[in-house]
Amino acid sequence: MNPEYLLEIRDLKVAYGGIQAVKGISLNVAPGELVALIGSNGAGKSTTLKTLAGLLPPASGHVYYQGKNLKELAAHQRVTQGMALVPEGRGVFARLNVTENLLMGAYSRDNRAEINLDLDRMYALFPRLAERCGQLAGTLSGGEQQMLAMARALMSRPRLLMLDEPSMGLAPLMVQKIFETIREISAQGMSILLIEQNARLALQAASRGYVMESGAITLSGAAVELLGNDAVQRAYLGG
Amino acid sequence: MQNAPEKRLHKLLHSRSFWVCALLLLPFATDALLGHGWVRILDFAMLYIMLALGLNIVIGYAGLLDLGYIAFFAVGAYCYALTGSPHLATAFPLSIEGGVHWPFWVVLPFAALLAGGFGILLGAPTLRLRGDYLAIVTLGFGEIIRIFLNNLNAPVNLTNGPQGISRIDPVSIANLHLNVTQPLFGMEIPSVHLYFYLFLSFTWLVILASKRLEKSRIGRAWMAIREDEIAAAAMGINTRNLKLLAFAMGAAFGGASGALFAGFQGFVSPESFSLMESIMILCMVVLGGMGNIAGVILGGVLLAILPEMLRHSVIPLQQGLFGKIIVDPESLRMLLFGGALIVMMLYRPAGLLPSRVRRRELGSDEMAEKP
Repeated sequence: MNPEYLLEIRDLKVAYGGIQAVKGISLNVAPGELVALIGSNGAGKSTTLKTLAGLLPPASGHVYYQGKNLKELAAHQRVTQGMALVPEGRGVFARLNVTENLLMGAYSRDNRAEINLDLDRMYALFPRLAERCGQLAGTLSGGEQQMLAMARALMSRPRLLMLDEPSMGLAPLMVQKIFETIREISAQGMSILLIEQNARLALQAASRGYVMESGAITLSGAAVELLGNDAVQRAYLGG
Repeated sequence: MQNAPEKRLHKLLHSRSFWVCALLLLPFATDALLGHGWVRILDFAMLYIMLALGLNIVIGYAGLLDLGYIAFFAVGAYCYALTGSPHLATAFPLSIEGGVHWPFWVVLPFAALLAGGFGILLGAPTLRLRGDYLAIVTLGFGEIIRIFLNNLNAPVNLTNGPQGISRIDPVSIANLHLNVTQPLFGMEIPSVHLYFYLFLSFTWLVILASKRLEKSRIGRAWMAIREDEIAAAAMGINTRNLKLLAFAMGAAFGGASGALFAGFQGFVSPESFSLMESIMILCMVVLGGMGNIAGVILGGVLLAILPEMLRHSVIPLQQGLFGKIIVDPESLRMLLFGGALIVMMLYRPAGLLPSRVRRRELGSDEMAEKP
């Protein structure tokens, strides 16, 4: 375990419904870094993230977070440790309004005054959500729901933000907007692990990247290098 | 100020003291107008409301579809029956002569706790199940409990099988026996009225508890689980414990009302706890408005009282019109009930009084508090 890393995964294997979905991967995220994990559909990216969040049990391998082995920690305990997940498909609480969704993000905290301050910060970061604060989350557009899911995750004051396919099912313009926000959050010093099928956008935003193929990491390196890599270009960048 | 009388009426309908007085006078008014039997029906309506509110915690708040809820009512009822009748003493000659006969304030929390324990027993193996799968398991659980009650008269006669347990002590609070007419405040108050007041106060407690729970941290966590379990876990909610808590809490309310039922009836048998009863209570919750306390109460009142009204009107009506009974009220009841459910699903799918979410969508204000 390297103390320089905020998150370190070593030889992680996850079996999912009888299938070995993740076949021994290692990756790391340093504090303040934006790391992208790219790969095609079914490569095991989401399974990796779900395991990191404690939603799936690993078959073997280790996950270290802030130098501690996360093995014993349940999903809800990882949130109090500062890990926040923006789940695949956003997972907003459809029948609660925007403010209630955001407050749910602060479930693990109890300082009411600080929570209210953060609520204002989120509305400043996402003015669109402020306009819709009383609206039910289920009636928001896909992009607004993605913003809400991200803001909700930030409400737990995480040190590591884990984003699962934030561009999924969104209009191109909205995708641009979401990625602008991700860069903005990253520029403020947040450590981010980003999972994406949209490799170009993810690598443009990230400092480092990993390429995952059928459960294993096949390439890794600086994001710029990956963007210029022939194999990556052929497989993921359409060129 | 042309609508001053309307305003006054509006104010009256929203004042707490008006409703308290109305509810206190209700058994006397019912007795005078319709007779004793109807006060008894009101008593049962109160029990049903308690059950529906308990089930509302499991289904309306936490979103766990429980089709075997009546089992917890049965656990509470048999708990009261076994501790409050001579049956245990005859089944186990070693035990105390004539039965244990615990006081009401001991047996009631015990019944609630025991039912809560059964709630966890049901919840633990079903934690990973949702929706239809959970419904099937809970349905099976409800039947298992009933079949156990039906057959546990051998090898040791614990439940007395299909004959049920009789000679159960009536509820008595501070030496006041509720099974006989009591002189109170210079009036002769019949037994059914006394039970009505007892059930009314417990219903009030259950409403209070439901309201507090809804607004609490626990209630918010339940709602998050109902909406999206994975996202709820990602918020830092301990989904396992909170789901178990929902099962236990709902079951405890069911157990307490079961104990009250046993004391009121003086007799329990497995046939009171059939699948149909579970479905009736579920219908009360769904018909009234899942997740909304006022709606659930309305659903309970309607489904407990309307069938009785039908029973009492259909026979005289048919005899008056045709001189004989053509349609049996029981089958007519099911026909109308089924029809009403279909109409509801078509025109008011969220229930008669939808929960606050739907209300907010429609942009209207608070609706009536109590029936």
